[in-house]
Amino acid sequence: MSEKLLRVIVVVAMILLVELLCRVGVIPRMVMIAPSDMVVELGKILASGQFSADIAITFTNIAISTVLSVLLGFAAGVVIYSLPSLRDAIEPLLASYYAVPTFVFYPIFITLFGVGSASIVAIAVLLAVVSMVTATLNGLDRIPRVLRKTGQIYRMSRVKTALLIELPAATPYLFTGVKLSVAYSFIGVIASEFILSGAGVGYAIAYAYNLFDNGHMYALMLLVLVVVTVVNTFLNVIDRRLQARRQR
Amino acid sequence: MSAVSGAKVVPLAPHTAGTPAHARLRGVTRVFELPKSTLHALGPVDLDLAKGEFFSVVGPSGCGKSTLLDILAGLSAPQSGTAEFEGKPISGVPDGVGVVFQEDASFPWLNVRDNVAFGLRRAGVDPAEITRRVDYAVGFMGLKDFAASYPAQLSGGMRQRVCIARTLVMQPRLILLDEPFGALDQQTRLLMGDELLRLWRETSATILLITHALDEAAMLSDRVGVMSTRPGTFIDFVETGWEKDRDSRVVSTPHFGDITARLWEKLRIEALKIMSAGKG
Repeated sequence: MSEKLLRVIVVVAMILLVELLCRVGVIPRMVMIAPSDMVVELGKILASGQFSADIAITFTNIAISTVLSVLLGFAAGVVIYSLPSLRDAIEPLLASYYAVPTFVFYPIFITLFGVGSASIVAIAVLLAVVSMVTATLNGLDRIPRVLRKTGQIYRMSRVKTALLIELPAATPYLFTGVKLSVAYSFIGVIASEFILSGAGVGYAIAYAYNLFDNGHMYALMLLVLVVVTVVNTFLNVIDRRLQARRQR
Repeated sequence: MSAVSGAKVVPLAPHTAGTPAHARLRGVTRVFELPKSTLHALGPVDLDLAKGEFFSVVGPSGCGKSTLLDILAGLSAPQSGTAEFEGKPISGVPDGVGVVFQEDASFPWLNVRDNVAFGLRRAGVDPAEITRRVDYAVGFMGLKDFAASYPAQLSGGMRQRVCIARTLVMQPRLILLDEPFGALDQQTRLLMGDELLRLWRETSATILLITHALDEAAMLSDRVGVMSTRPGTFIDFVETGWEKDRDSRVVSTPHFGDITARLWEKLRIEALKIMSAGKG
């Protein structure tokens, strides 16, 4: 039996188990609705368009956060890489960055940007950007010296060497940073919407929770899970292709 | 065997008499500035490479062989002395010089064909000419069936063929090889040596091969330069006397044994110096 098939069987078995426990009343409906009901509820809210504006806001913010994190993280990574003294000074800080609970800064962002998308994107970028910085440093470190020498042999300019040799050589590592930036952007945006927003999927989940509206709450949670799974599957396919070419 | 007729092992001056130098080093030294000291890596070195010559350099580890190659490739400038290629001082990588490194320098994100065409595209060569040259080089190096493969799908020997093909398409007049078969097994090395000799005959390029392997130097070269321990200088030049149409079968001849014995005789003293220094 293939690893992939086994994984699918385990996931389906878990869903069926939860379905069974919900249906026989072991898990009360006030705690959780059956997975099949979640799917039905999700179909309903998507058809009605009741949460379309929230869904659009959330995924737009995630996209903005991802793009900003990747661009800023890459630029910062390149600058830090090119200044070894700066790197020596701040690398320990980067290594311990994720020990800091970024969300404690939310009052600062509300003061700076007000309640809304700007604050949410700022927190998500703060959460995601360092993973891209670290991936950029790692990618640049791992470019084999011989490839740079090859660029010299072809008498390529510094810019052409960077674009045509260094960037493609570092791409598999950079893509790891992109993957993490996407994941942290999802976490940053949706979690921030719980605490500092009046709109978005995170806000809608929290709102439904406060109203004991399990139907909407689980439907929205399922939506987030489905989107995250689809996005991650897509990113993993690209990642596997890049990693396969990296094997030397 | 015709390949060995009239062969003699004789020490020579740093140049091949009577032929104009294709590449020339005079009094070349290289010193590296380290954080707390300086490292005198090379020289002074004098060397003339005759046009079309297959010259190998052997020497103990760390004697400056690769530094010598870097200077000829224009990747590194000497502290003192002069380096010339085709009568012009080497400043930056000269036109007409190709380098094959020991490490795998194939681009993992490009397939074999695109790897081989890389330098030609950068040089702005006409697309039809690129196709013609790449077809030839890919076929010459036995890579035709792997043209669409990526380096990760190839063995170490095949990847090194890609790198050689990538150098070959640029039609270099001087090919510098820095232990190109160092990571390969003995059988593959012998066969790759044959490929290299075939390439040399086909292109008439001058070749400088850096190698640790005495048998490789003895089999492939017209002339072998033996270097001392650091700072590396040439302590002997051995002319092999092989005919141009030689191949790896020469390794079974008594003359091959004579050449490797001669090389080892010189190199052994240098290797012992390193070992003694290590013990001290």
